[in-house]
Amino acid sequence: MLLGPGRLPRVLAGTALVVLTAVWLLPLVWAVATSLQSEQDVSKPGLSPLKGALTLESYRQILERGNVLTWAFNSFLVAGLVTLITVVVSTLAAYGFARGTFRGRRVLLAVTVAAIMVPPQLLVVPLFEQMLLFNLVDTYAAVILPQVVAPMMVFILKRFFEGLPKDLEDAARIDGASEGRVFLSIVLPLSRPIVAAVSIFVFIGAWNNFMWPFIVTNDPGLMTLPVGLATVKDSFGILYAQSMASALLASLPLIVMFLLFQRRIIKSVATTGLGGT
Amino acid sequence: MTTTAPSGTAVPPGAPPSAPPARRFSFREKNAAGRSDGLIFVLPFLLLFAVFLVWPVAHGVWMSFTDSSLALRDTAFVGFANYAEAFGDPDVWSSLGNTLVFTLISCVPLVLVALAMALLVHSGLAGQWAWRLAFFAPYLLPVTVVTLIWTWLYQPDIGFGNQLLGALGMEPVGWLSDESVAMWSIAALTVWWTVGFNFLLYLAALQALPETLDEAAALDGAGAWRRLWSVTLPQLRRTTVLVAMLQVLASLKVFDQIYILTKGGPNGTTRPILEYVYDVGFTGYRLGYASAISYIFFALVIVVSVAQLRFFRQED
Repeated sequence: MLLGPGRLPRVLAGTALVVLTAVWLLPLVWAVATSLQSEQDVSKPGLSPLKGALTLESYRQILERGNVLTWAFNSFLVAGLVTLITVVVSTLAAYGFARGTFRGRRVLLAVTVAAIMVPPQLLVVPLFEQMLLFNLVDTYAAVILPQVVAPMMVFILKRFFEGLPKDLEDAARIDGASEGRVFLSIVLPLSRPIVAAVSIFVFIGAWNNFMWPFIVTNDPGLMTLPVGLATVKDSFGILYAQSMASALLASLPLIVMFLLFQRRIIKSVATTGLGGT
Repeated sequence: MTTTAPSGTAVPPGAPPSAPPARRFSFREKNAAGRSDGLIFVLPFLLLFAVFLVWPVAHGVWMSFTDSSLALRDTAFVGFANYAEAFGDPDVWSSLGNTLVFTLISCVPLVLVALAMALLVHSGLAGQWAWRLAFFAPYLLPVTVVTLIWTWLYQPDIGFGNQLLGALGMEPVGWLSDESVAMWSIAALTVWWTVGFNFLLYLAALQALPETLDEAAALDGAGAWRRLWSVTLPQLRRTTVLVAMLQVLASLKVFDQIYILTKGGPNGTTRPILEYVYDVGFTGYRLGYASAISYIFFALVIVVSVAQLRFFRQED
């Protein structure tokens, strides 16, 4: 929508935008300010976010205790591996579904698409029993493996592959390239934006996933950031400066990632087929 | 999986699949030369899919007909006993009710605020990327971070909420401890946290709209409001349908933020159905009964999805 030449709409829109943004930033600003003060200053009453001298004491204490760093490492490991496995497996499957001719292709595809409807929470109870059966409770494998099945991503990628022109692939096939070769040298290079989009969404999802890692890990040494912080949340008690410092440390990686890939992430929403509808 | 949240950042399909390729060529033509028919590409996925999705779904159905328990070794088939018990369990009904209340009071603002944000950001004012970042940033925060921050804002004595009310000369509020307020506090947090995703969907849709219609209307002398109501909003209909449907499904699945913030309290007034499943299964050790409740919930999700599809189809 273009605002046009009138002054009034422009001023109204600008004001509304500033007010909304202020409301949205306020919790973050309040959290940052809290994390940078001493616990005593934080517990003084008053509306001002800054009630005393600035200090990095809370961050020092959090980092010294070390468990936040362990959880951050686990989060990177888990989210990284989930993303890698999901993207490789889903991309291959999507290509197979898009171009394959094997028997049962339609049925298997229909089952995959139907599985999009299944809420992950439905699987939690039986998956936990399955992990008990495999003796995997409290292992990285138990946290990671159930997260790598992403029928939605297969569907999105398959739709993209079907839209690619076949002539290029066929030219390579005629030249004697194997299917694997066609996939690696022709199809993948053409699919970088969609693969990037899928990777970003899988990574954000895995990084922020709470319920499953929470249920399947009891060992604090294996917990991801969201789970670890939840277990110590109550032990912060009235230590709000430390509580905010740990929250901000935990949110840093994705915020940095967003700043680096802002354009790509915004485009992802459109390219995954969500935007243009 | 969150509501809403990003955790299950499921990215669902927007439009119906594009038309199938005209020619059904494929590997088959070359099979004589020993070419792959593509099955091998799909195998790794099918294996994981079978083990970590199909099996649990099927196993869950079986469990829901047993008295399976974390505390017992032996499991006996109990027929429909779990389902019968669930339909007579007042906690199932109250947690379902809480889930529906949350869905209602979170979805409306999650759609309308997202739309308002996208329209404002798209209106041509300077600094697009900064507004975009401000609205989307909370979506990137893990649920625990969001709840830590809001626990602090909702702190009864020195938290921002009651300090603000105090400065305005009003009585403090028990944001998370007052039965009539807690669900609203959780909904407010959820809107702040996840509206960014819907906002991006709207923004992408707005940026994809052809500008010619808008320009033509402007040439004909239509003002900004008039063009908003008669040109832009009608063109966003499909996006709104998509956003609303996704949001309802996401809100029905609420668990994370409520579990961490209130554990369903005060007095069970914020406990959603998925938390009841968790309580029954992992605190009460009754996995069989928990499975039965989660399949009742799944049935509800399917009914709601089908109802939504029908409703919006008719509208079209």
